Amino acid sequence: MKQVLVACGAGIATSTVVNNAIEEMAKENNIKLDIKQIKIAEVSAYEDSADLLVTTAMTKKEYRFPVINARAFLTGIGIEDTKKQILDELKK
Amino acid sequence: MGQLFFDESVILLDLAADSKEEVLNKMGSNLVDLDLVKESFIPAIIQREAEFATGLPTAGVSVAIPHTDVEHVINKTISVAILKKPVDFVIMGDDIETTPVQLVFMLAMDEAHSQLSLLQKLMAMFQNEDLLKRLVSLADKTEIKNVLEENLGFLAFEGGER
Repeated sequence: MKQVLVACGAGIATSTVVNNAIEEMAKENNIKLDIKQIKIAEVSAYEDSADLLVTTAMTKKEYRFPVINARAFLTGIGIEDTKKQILDELKK
Repeated sequence: MGQLFFDESVILLDLAADSKEEVLNKMGSNLVDLDLVKESFIPAIIQREAEFATGLPTAGVSVAIPHTDVEHVINKTISVAILKKPVDFVIMGDDIETTPVQLVFMLAMDEAHSQLSLLQKLMAMFQNEDLLKRLVSLADKTEIKNVLEENLGFLAFEGGER
């Protein structure tokens, strides 16, 4: 099972929305996921276990897993592209 | 956890500001005066916005959703400001690029990972160009309150019930 980190600055608002969207995507596509909703500052704790980071916060740090910008889930602009990006990663 | 507080007192019309810090300061001070947040909320939200920007370019009117940690909040609320003229906010997930924001939703949440349906409805509103344009054109707080209550599915809360 892949571990997906969903992170925003505070772990309060935007990650809650993105978290739910990814859960639904996973369900629709019959993918079992271990989703962790966290603050961006907490990412390092999952550095060894995570497969993907989906975030609305900026991160300059390089990780060993891919990072996908989740702003589209909030504005609707480019959402299909973002969903496809995430799905492609989850299916790898 | 109490009810979400929302009435005309947290709606600010024609807010004049030259910077995002001024917007956050004015909106935050209003919430401090209403005893909805602690004084520490203001520096915290300004700091948070600098670290993690919340400007969102939408199809219609750019919005921002500043928020910060739960410990600064006394009673959860959403404060709304329509800006007199657009103010640049850095775009969420970016570090330099800005968007001219006209509509600010300041989220004061008292619990992490909560309010999913409210937040989803808020984001759905950001995808509704006509609704955003209508909102910034309104000049009456009660009208704005009604539009938001209708679209965000607020249940029962009148001022004074907190």
